[in-house]
Amino acid sequence: MEDIKPQLFKVTIDGIEVEVEPGTTILQAARKIGGDVAPPAMCYYQPLKGSGGKCRACLVRVAAGSGKDPRPMPKLVASCITPVQDGMIVENSTNEQVLTTRKAIVEFLLINHPLDCPVCDQAGECDLQNFAFNHGMATTRYEEERRTFEKQDIGPYIQLHMTRCILCYRCVYTADQITQKRVHGVLGRGDASEISTYIEKAIDNDFSGNVIDVCPVGALTDKTYRFKNRVWFTKPVDAHRDCPTCSGKTTVWYRGDEVIRVTARKNEWNEVTEFICNTCRFEKKKTSDWVIEGPTKISRSSVISANKYRADTIKPDFQKKLAAATYTHVDDERDTSQLGIQQLPPERFAPVLPHANDPEP
Amino acid sequence: MTETPTTVEFTPERLTIAQEMIARYPQGRQKSALLPLLHLAQEQWGWLSPEVMDYVGRMLDIQAIEVYEVATFYTMFHLDPVGKHVIEYCRTGPCCLMGGEEVYDYLKQKLGIQAGQTTPDQQFTLKEVECLAACGMGPVFQIREKYYMHLTRERVDEIIEELSR
Amino acid sequence: MGKKILLEHIDVPGIETYDVYRKQGGYTAVEKALKTMSPDGVVEEVKKAGMRGRGGAGFPMGMKWSFLAKPEGIPRYLVCNADESEPGTFKDHYLMKNIPHLLIEGMIISSYALGANKSFIYVRGELMYVIRILEKAIAEAKAAGFLGKNILGSGYDLELVVHPGGGAYICGEETALLESLEGKRGNPRNKPPFPAVKGLYQCPTVVNNVESIATAGWIVNNGGDAYAAIGIGRSSGTKLISASGHIKKPGVYEIELGVPVEEFIYSDEWCGGIRDGHHLKALVAGGSSVPILPANLITKLANGEPRLMTYESLSDGGFQTGTMLGSGGFIVFDETACVVRNTWNFSRFYHHESCGQCSPCREGTGWMEKVLHRIEYGHGSMHDIDLLVDVSKKIEGNTICPLGDAAAWPVASAIRHFRDEFEWHITNPSEATKPGAVFKGDMALV
Ligand SMILES: Cc1cc2nc3c(=O)[nH]c(=O)nc-3n(C[C@H](O)[C@H](O)[C@H](O)COP(=O)(O)O)c2cc1C
Ligand code: SF4
Ligand code: SF4
Ligand code: SF4
Ligand code: FES
Ligand code: FES
Repeated sequence: MEDIKPQLFKVTIDGIEVEVEPGTTILQAARKIGGDVAPPAMCYYQPLKGSGGKCRACLVRVAAGSGKDPRPMPKLVASCITPVQDGMIVENSTNEQVLTTRKAIVEFLLINHPLDCPVCDQAGECDLQNFAFNHGMATTRYEEERRTFEKQDIGPYIQLHMTRCILCYRCVYTADQITQKRVHGVLGRGDASEISTYIEKAIDNDFSGNVIDVCPVGALTDKTYRFKNRVWFTKPVDAHRDCPTCSGKTTVWYRGDEVIRVTARKNEWNEVTEFICNTCRFEKKKTSDWVIEGPTKISRSSVISANKYRADTIKPDFQKKLAAATYTHVDDERDTSQLGIQQLPPERFAPVLPHANDPEP
Repeated sequence: MTETPTTVEFTPERLTIAQEMIARYPQGRQKSALLPLLHLAQEQWGWLSPEVMDYVGRMLDIQAIEVYEVATFYTMFHLDPVGKHVIEYCRTGPCCLMGGEEVYDYLKQKLGIQAGQTTPDQQFTLKEVECLAACGMGPVFQIREKYYMHLTRERVDEIIEELSR
Repeated sequence: MGKKILLEHIDVPGIETYDVYRKQGGYTAVEKALKTMSPDGVVEEVKKAGMRGRGGAGFPMGMKWSFLAKPEGIPRYLVCNADESEPGTFKDHYLMKNIPHLLIEGMIISSYALGANKSFIYVRGELMYVIRILEKAIAEAKAAGFLGKNILGSGYDLELVVHPGGGAYICGEETALLESLEGKRGNPRNKPPFPAVKGLYQCPTVVNNVESIATAGWIVNNGGDAYAAIGIGRSSGTKLISASGHIKKPGVYEIELGVPVEEFIYSDEWCGGIRDGHHLKALVAGGSSVPILPANLITKLANGEPRLMTYESLSDGGFQTGTMLGSGGFIVFDETACVVRNTWNFSRFYHHESCGQCSPCREGTGWMEKVLHRIEYGHGSMHDIDLLVDVSKKIEGNTICPLGDAAAWPVASAIRHFRDEFEWHITNPSEATKPGAVFKGDMALV
């Protein structure tokens, strides 16, 4: 009899070999290796079927298609949707063209983006901010007017800042796949596309709040997040409750002893592992609602330093300087969160991020 | 001319057509009939109000947002009330080579409106569109299903006069 | 006089009706195919013909057909791409309006070859009057027994559905077209999977252009070898060219592939030359998406040989000195045309038509349009030119579908060949923005 175990494919990414099951995408294989080998992903979201392929942040070069057919692929490919072949050789951060293109993608994503991280609710846990820091260039060459939208309430719990949206479609897939009825979607076309409900319909549905967690930027935010707070002042803990609607497994965010928000738990790639219901998310804001399991454990680091985004220190040029700052990877194995950065020794950041009051770079 | 969408229902003849349209597509794929139905609806009401789109959505048993997503993607659908005649003027390169820009300026001046506007008497709405696949016969505009080609100032005068009658 | 395959009977009065079309030998190919040939036999003939898809990409039709997956118990579909929206292209419009039965006949043969029992013709919605013509033709063909159940007693069933688009160039891209046909936004799909494996309703599907499908009848009647004998090498057969711009006789012409470009422009049989008193300045040979060429590169190749109307000859010289046959949208510019203005115009088109799914195209097309607008209206600066080249490079090749490339090429090629015209706009803004002002540098005019 043949071996019933599926045969594994050998793939080499940035010179590191990994074995994965057939059907695995390049991105998933690279994540298995981890670190810088994993391409950034702004639209792909593993739990959502059909996601990916849109933002082009994850483009990589395939230097050899497979062991059998070792020709390179003519164009860069989206690693999040391209399955590996046995013997494939992939270049990510070792390839100049990939890095240049990634810079271009950052630039494209930012040309119609407000760049107001200092006052944005998402700062500190924003995929776009991280992406721009890690892969972007120091200045923008875009001199034209940016597109803007009014912020808009969609229902009692969720606020939409369309200006910040990067049209990753994650929230649309989420609504399609985990709620009964989708009431919001992408309207319009091209760079006039927007996330909307057409005639301000409320998104109300037991699971609608999950769109906030999947949104990579600060476009969909939690209106019940009681203090408009920088995340690095908060402390996340894993908690659960007996919930009739969902698993009840969440991350509960504290400031002092106050619960200021509840989110789904995320893995190290910032992806929700289990979607939670609106009751857990929006209505259980007392410690007594929850059984605390312990500090949230995420080993991946964020780029954002504490205290540097305080609104009172913003100067107009600050954003430019921020973009010019170099980032050093913080590799801290302590049991802490990427987001509860205040727990890290501040000197890890201080030398590399500009201060708002610094002279022009 | 354009009915106000108070009673949102196809006329009996259109209802029959609509049912035929839906039946053309394979079983369970009735959503395919969305574009044909939206054209049919626009023919009846002149434009697509949210009520009309909701009605079409119900007919196909799909969510309203699925209709909005589609109606806002395609440029042929009017999402606001329009005048009796919607002039869809081709602004693309090949037509411009044939003098399209000049004729267009003349048309705007004649009607006293810009693209996207409707004349005060509600007779004409002007809309700019891209290539209409009639470049060799340019300049071109379209009103409803009819193509008007080889446009000149004189032709524009004639057409507007004819339609104003 | 070149060989006519598609337009042979175009001037016969009443050719749009079934009776007249039939009298001219129409539907004999359906009879031949269904009664004497197997579906694979038809595919074989089309393969032999070497006919390359006429929608723009030029992929051999027979080969595409042979790639169609044929899993048991799953329907297969044929979809005709009649979305024709590429600026400069109007041949499918012309063909469908004048000889609708030619397309219907081709659809029946092609569907039979592929084993499809329901086939679609996706027509851009603006051509509603053509849709009505096609529907009438379908009803006539059905009444004559060429459509419906058990066609000509062969046991083969076929139904044709004409589907209107809603106004979106991107729905000409085959996977966007399929999405649109499913009642969704016209967002192109990521490939793979290709339509041949998962197309319409996730079933194996072939998408072909109107002109490609309309050729099937002739190939069945005359054989693939006879078709391959027309034209030159891998550019076999005839091609409809939509000629527009500053020529004496704009219109749709059927040419045997291989006619010299110079002859096509100047012969009275075709364009009839540049309009009186004017000279050739530039040419877009295959629809707005292909690179623009200046006069000195149009009629001759780099080695001095005449450039021909074939896939190979037009693309000779690559991006440096060549262009592409594309969809055959032949747009001719004389010295009164401003290349900067036209580039801006095309750029606005792609910005307007981008579906907005992927970031390089969604953001990059708008960026290029704004910069070009700035230059055209006298506010440009020299580094804008390099910026445009850089942005176009960063869109090209990095997008989901080829619309990104199609937006990048016209800009990059216009700057490559007409850089002094761009510079003139920037350095002489007050003069360049005068109505009708055009750069009169030492450009070679023909
Ligand atoms: C943006 C874009 C627009 C297109 N528009 C058309 C079109 O209007 N008509 C067409 O036949 N093909 C069009 N194509 C090409 C189709 O994707 C496809 O290649 C073609 O329909 C295949 O038919 P063929 O092999 O017979 O040429 C377009 C492609 C792109 C990328
Ligand atoms: S969404 Fe992210 S990048 Fe944008 S302003 Fe907010 S934090 Fe900054
Ligand atoms: S709102 Fe957020 S999740 Fe939704 S498309 Fe925009 S960026 Fe993506
Ligand atoms: S390249 Fe443009 S048109 Fe094509 S999928 Fe991307 S955004 Fe849409
Ligand atoms: S993550 Fe792969 S394209 Fe967006
Ligand atoms: S450019 Fe006007 S119809 Fe093609």
